[in-house]
Amino acid sequence: MIAARGLSVERGGRRILDGVDFAAHGGCLTALAGPNGAGKSTLLKALCGILPGLMKPDPRRVAYLAQDPRAAWGLTVEEVAFLGRIPHGDRKRGPVERALAEAGVAKLASQRINRLSGGEVRRAMLARVFATEPEVMLLDEPTADLDPRAAFAVMGLLRAAAGSGRTVVVVLHAIELALRYADRLVVLDRGRIVADAAPLAALPAAAAAFGLRFGEDKLPHLLPE
Amino acid sequence: MRFLVPLLGLLFIASLIIGAAGIGLPAPVIFWQLRVPRGLLALLVGGGLGASGAALQGALRNPLADPGLLGISGTAALGAAIAFYWGLAAAFAPALPLAGLLGAGVGAIALLVFAGHAPTGPSLILAGIGLSAAAAALLAFALALAPNPYALAELTFWLLGGVADRTLLDCALAAPPILLGIALLISVGPGLDALSLGEETAASLGIPTEKTLRRVALGTALAAGAAAAVAGGVGFVGLAVPNLLRPWFGERPAALLLPSVVAGAVLLLAADMLVRIGVLVLPLHAEPPLGVLTALLGAPLLVVIARRMGR
Repeated sequence: MIAARGLSVERGGRRILDGVDFAAHGGCLTALAGPNGAGKSTLLKALCGILPGLMKPDPRRVAYLAQDPRAAWGLTVEEVAFLGRIPHGDRKRGPVERALAEAGVAKLASQRINRLSGGEVRRAMLARVFATEPEVMLLDEPTADLDPRAAFAVMGLLRAAAGSGRTVVVVLHAIELALRYADRLVVLDRGRIVADAAPLAALPAAAAAFGLRFGEDKLPHLLPE
Repeated sequence: MRFLVPLLGLLFIASLIIGAAGIGLPAPVIFWQLRVPRGLLALLVGGGLGASGAALQGALRNPLADPGLLGISGTAALGAAIAFYWGLAAAFAPALPLAGLLGAGVGAIALLVFAGHAPTGPSLILAGIGLSAAAAALLAFALALAPNPYALAELTFWLLGGVADRTLLDCALAAPPILLGIALLISVGPGLDALSLGEETAASLGIPTEKTLRRVALGTALAAGAAAAVAGGVGFVGLAVPNLLRPWFGERPAALLLPSVVAGAVLLLAADMLVRIGVLVLPLHAEPPLGVLTALLGAPLLVVIARRMGR
């Protein structure tokens, strides 16, 4: 599990998080939603201790996937996955191979990351997170800029990770993905948690935070296979 | 590496048996006082510049980074220029490398102070550019006020870079900082790998990113600063070597560190061999400066790399 109590963060004179109490438990996929600037990414960064002045959790236990998952060099997918072993200080093949298979990029292992599609890059970065074999996974919009099929695939991977007992916290802009895959939806608005419930139950609060109506319509949807 | 290390050995042996005195094993006095220091210094300087370039490009996540970017080579040259200016170099031979090392040390301290307590890639580059500009301005000032034309000519020639006519004492002075710098740069390998995913991700992997950047700055200051202190302005090695190696060794920064040390030494020894052979076979009245040759070799290589990057 991972938790923070009374978390307040100020950056550049602006209060981004204001007394947030948050906890996420193993086996549960928690989605974080809210308008731009609500503090979702900051909460994630605070939980993994990469903001100045905050306590750092053990990097072997808590893994983080940034919103912009680009690599500076043309690393191969396998090299990217091996970066996940840095917290352990080893270069064990076993966890890396399992991670590549789990993320569905085993066949791309020797491909350079800068030659892959957006969806493949996200999966490679997820393999890096899996290779750490963390107890807690904190992921900032892992489905951003993915096509619907790739987004469903990534959410399916995270669903499976939570199913195997890990704590998974995901920032999601796509509320429909949270409804479909998350066990719990936490809604942030202006630095505060305004709802924390099962996704369907938290939906009215999410709608209010976005300044939208809450309702049903008859439009057909794209569904996962 | 299986190719680079034997090549380095061959070039080093060649550097011992080829020179102005002809080809073959020279008289002991030439061997020990000219050939050995020259070969060793080329190894040290090339290795130091190669390691600095590879580590700096990794830390800044930019294939265009060159050790000279941090300004330490500039302050080392300034230190040497001051030794020339006051006639110290003429009065006491080791004054030249010592003043260069002092310049590099002062530059390194200034860089770390300017870059602040928590350096980032951009803050390090900006501090380095500031330091380079200040060093270049002061150097120009020293050149303008040079006491006599001979000092000016000597200084200009020294600034062009070279490893000829150095002594074993120069090697002994340069070796500790260069080797320490290389060791420091190799020790940050995992940090450089993690930094390829950005500073936040690196921090989440448990890498102290600011400490890593400070170590890279310090290691570069030691290795490239000491190299400039004894060999003057040898350019392009630090920039070109990692770029040349990427197609063979992959782009992972830590995987390039050790090969860049060896390849830097290979490149500098090879360039110095061309300098020596050039004066043997061409109608030149003096050896062309090593720095001129590395720049002439490096420039087309960079164009080739740039074309490949464009694709």
